[in-house]
Amino acid sequence: MLRIPCPFCGERDHTEFSYGGDASIDYPPIDSTDEKAWFEAVFLRDNPRGPHKELWQHNNGCRMWIVVERDTMTHEIFSAVPAHPGVKAQLEKEAAK
Amino acid sequence: MTRYSAWSVIKNGLTGQKGWDRAWRDPEPKESYDVIIVGAGGHGLATAYYLAKEHGMRNVAILEKGYLGGGSVGRNTTIVRSNYMLPGNTEFYEFSVKLWEQLSHELNYNVMFSQRGQIVLYHSPAARDAAARRANTMRMNGIDAEMLTRDQVRERVPHLDFSDSARFPIFGAILQPRAGTVRHDAVAWGYARAADSLGVDIIQNCEVTGITREGGQVTGVETTRGVIKANKVGLAVAGNTSRLTAMAGMERLPIESHKLQAFVSEPLKPLLDYVVAYALPGGHFYISQSDKGGMVFGGDLDGYNSYAQRGNLPIYEDVAGCAVALMPCLKRVRLLRQWAGVMDMSMDGTPIISKTPMDGLYLNAGWCYGGFKATPASGWCFASTIARDEPHELNALFTLDRFERGLQIDEKGAGPAPKLH
Repeated sequence: MLRIPCPFCGERDHTEFSYGGDASIDYPPIDSTDEKAWFEAVFLRDNPRGPHKELWQHNNGCRMWIVVERDTMTHEIFSAVPAHPGVKAQLEKEAAK
Repeated sequence: MTRYSAWSVIKNGLTGQKGWDRAWRDPEPKESYDVIIVGAGGHGLATAYYLAKEHGMRNVAILEKGYLGGGSVGRNTTIVRSNYMLPGNTEFYEFSVKLWEQLSHELNYNVMFSQRGQIVLYHSPAARDAAARRANTMRMNGIDAEMLTRDQVRERVPHLDFSDSARFPIFGAILQPRAGTVRHDAVAWGYARAADSLGVDIIQNCEVTGITREGGQVTGVETTRGVIKANKVGLAVAGNTSRLTAMAGMERLPIESHKLQAFVSEPLKPLLDYVVAYALPGGHFYISQSDKGGMVFGGDLDGYNSYAQRGNLPIYEDVAGCAVALMPCLKRVRLLRQWAGVMDMSMDGTPIISKTPMDGLYLNAGWCYGGFKATPASGWCFASTIARDEPHELNALFTLDRFERGLQIDEKGAGPAPKLH
C-alpha cells in the first residue's frame, strides 16, 4: 500500500485515490492543430525508473487532483502538491503568512 | 548436446542420474557477433533460436543482466490462447498457438503444453452479443471457438458460482478448446538449450549499460563485461524497454512500465479442468489449476507506474475477492506464493515488433498482459525482422510508428491509457 500525503487531507491509503498518469506532460492548447505536438503529448512517455511526477485524484477524499513525486523502483514518495497552479500558489501564500 | 528421450530417462534412472550433460554452456563473451539479443527471457531466447534455426545465423549472443528466465517469462500465469479479434492480432496469436502445439518436439524439451481449453465467461445479454461476435471472428479466421450456454458451462466447470446470489451471474461462455497452459520455466529452458546447441552464446550476469552508434548505425553494446560489437542489436527486454532505448537516444516511447501480480494456492486435488477467465467492470480474473494442483490465478495491474517486481496488498485483496466470487469453494484455500512482474504497457495494448529509426536496432516490446502466449511467434517474427531487415507479414502491423500514423490496434478500445489495457 502506498501512503500518499494529500496536501488537503493528510496521509491516506492510495486506494482512496485514482491514478492519472505522467504529470510532466505539457499538452498543446486545445485548439492547436500541431499533429506532432499532440502525438508526443498523447502517446510518448519518459517512463523513468526512479523519481516520477504523476497525477492522482483523491476521489474518496477531497476530490482534488494532486501531483505526487514518487520513485517507481522503491515507491518512496518525495512530495505531493496540488495540481492546479492557482490552488498551489494560494496554499503557498497561506503557508508563508 | 544429448538428445532427451524415453530411453535416456530410463538409462540415467538405472545409472544413478550421472549421464546428464549441462543443458547450456556458460561462455565468455566474444569480441563481436553478427547479432546481439538483449534479454534472455522467453522472447529473447526464442528469437535467438529462430535466428539460428530458420535463418542460419549462428554467430549470435544473448545478453542477460540477471539470470536466464528471471523476468516475466517465469512470472506469468502460463495461459496460452488466441481469442483475439482485430486484424494483426488474430493471425499472429493463432500462429503462436500453432507453434506451441509443436514446441516440445521442436525443442526436444517437454514444455508440458496442456490444451485443456479456455472458458471466457460472459455475464449479461449484451456481453453475449459481444462474445458471439468474437467467436464468429475467430471461426472466420480458422480458430476454434464454441459458444457455451450456462448449462454447458456448468457441465464442464461445476464448481463456479451458479447460485441465484452469484456476484456475477453466469450467462454462458466462449470456449477455445485448443487454448491451455504451458509450464513457463520449461519454455525458457527449452529455448535456451536448443539455441545453445545451435551455437548461440547465452551470457548471463551481463548488463547492457550503453548502445554504441556511428552516425545512424548501431555498432554494438557496452556491458558490465566489456564492449561487444555487432551491427544488429535486438531488444527483447519488456518491462525495461524505455531504459534500453534511452541508451540509443530514443528517450520517449509509447510505453509505460506497470506491475502485474500472480498468485498460486496450496496444492489441491483435481478441481478445475479448464482455464477460466472473466473480465467486466469490477472484476477481472483468470484461473487454472497447475499439474501440481495449485490454483494459479491473477487479475488487474497494480495501477501505477512501477519497476518493482513486487506487488501491493490492495490488488491481493481484489484478486482474492474475484476468486471467491467465481469459485466460492476456494474461500478456505490458503495462498502459497504471490509475486509480481513488470509489464511493458503500450499505449494501445498491442505489442511492437519493429525496426526503429536507427539502422541495426530492432525492438520487441509493449507486450502488456499478452507476452507469454506470444513467446514462440514473437521470437519467430522478431528473428525474421532482424535477419531480413524488414518485418514479416505477421508482425507488419506491430510497428513503432503506428501511433504517429493513427494505426493503433486497440483490442480493448481503452484509448491511450496504458494502465487500462
